[in-house]
Amino acid sequence: MPETKTDQKKGPKLEEEGKSSQPSCECGPECCGWTSDKGKEASYFREAGHWIERRIEGPAGAIPVIRTKLSRQDILGKVKARFGIGRMNYKVRPGLYAVGKAAPDSPVLVSANYKLSFDSLRRELGSLDAWILVLDTTGINVWCAAGKGTFGTEELVHRIEVTGLSRVVSHRTVILPQLGAPGVAAHEVTKRTHFKVIYGPVRAADIKDFLAAGMKATPEMRLVRFRLRDRFVLTAMELTNPFKYLVIVTAVLWVLSFLGLRLFSWGALYPYLGAILIGGFFVPVLLPWIPGRAFAWKGWLLGMLWAAFANIHQGLLPPTQASWQQAAVHFLLLPAISGFLAMGFTGSSTYTSLSGVLKEMRYAMPAILASASIGIVFLAVVLIRGL
Amino acid sequence: MREHRHLSNVATLAYDPDLCTGCGMCAEVCPHAIFSIEGKKARITDRDLCMECGACAKNCPFGAITVRPGVGCAWAILISEIKGREVPSCG
Repeated sequence: MPETKTDQKKGPKLEEEGKSSQPSCECGPECCGWTSDKGKEASYFREAGHWIERRIEGPAGAIPVIRTKLSRQDILGKVKARFGIGRMNYKVRPGLYAVGKAAPDSPVLVSANYKLSFDSLRRELGSLDAWILVLDTTGINVWCAAGKGTFGTEELVHRIEVTGLSRVVSHRTVILPQLGAPGVAAHEVTKRTHFKVIYGPVRAADIKDFLAAGMKATPEMRLVRFRLRDRFVLTAMELTNPFKYLVIVTAVLWVLSFLGLRLFSWGALYPYLGAILIGGFFVPVLLPWIPGRAFAWKGWLLGMLWAAFANIHQGLLPPTQASWQQAAVHFLLLPAISGFLAMGFTGSSTYTSLSGVLKEMRYAMPAILASASIGIVFLAVVLIRGL
Repeated sequence: MREHRHLSNVATLAYDPDLCTGCGMCAEVCPHAIFSIEGKKARITDRDLCMECGACAKNCPFGAITVRPGVGCAWAILISEIKGREVPSCG
């Protein structure tokens, strides 16, 4: 079967990648950062104490009973992760956890060991009595991990076995988040563990209603969304890296200005700052309202409008003998930057396919590269003239 | 009409109704609700909404659905190009 093949291919590769300090991505609603995976030696969330209430005896060691209220530390950790600080190492230990007065007949909810995923689940459980089975997804959220296969059939079967789940609960049902489905073959799991897999709602916030309805999800619970506030939250990550580069460039230009190279000025820099904001913030936030479908196009379009504004604002338009080259630099570089960054938001979106993004890139990449190259040539000309 | 729509006519989703038993797993796992069960068969209602996550194919016990699963992420595709990976994946 082609499916199994892909899994085998992915398996060893993932381990390899886990150890590298290469740019690393964690997909789904929060895809693709470049945060490196430092201090790989599984330092699971150190301040574990504040979210673990006590421990109870289980067949395979102690089971932590966890709190369902997020503490200030949890929230601080969440904000940090959103900005990419320590995001690739924000993990909880895989295994079984208990919530409330979990009993043998309490439901088993499966989650990933990315602490944001785990936290968003436990804070929804309130007064519920349940078990949480945390899979080892190398600290990556459910959807991305499912895509990679780490939130997958193998890991689920393995985790059910090593935690002795069948001796903890009297029933034979595990509830998975629906977004785990790309990695898990429910029928395979049942065949191998005798546990039935039921796909719960997409969002943890619907868990209570789902359980109350006798483990039935409404059509609304099954739909993934990408609302304004979902997109807004993700822009923090989109902006973190481009701004890092902008700060470095600015610092270099600033130092150069002491050496007599007058390249550093607010007027020279703000158009680029704006282009980054457009690609990393305005396109994501305004996404459905910008005409067109390709992300790069949306970014290019707003970038073009921004370039026109900047040029008029700086008196470069209408063009004169002295100004047209600088105006051209803006028209060529700014839309290229915002288009490129907007294209990157495909990874954070919840509706683009590999085929769709490949097609978009086939047209966008050559256009962006051409526009940027010519823009850099013009920029060089302008800079050399200014010396 | 959904709020978000990417490019049309690109999805690799394929479905063989002859193998389908109408169990409804695909409709259950699809995050964009593109399957509907009519009679004893699944039907693809809007192929252009498919994001190729692969959940339906993976969970179809009868192998009636195929799709090339992958991440619709430009950075992942770029990094995979650079590293010479066959299938773009995150990380």
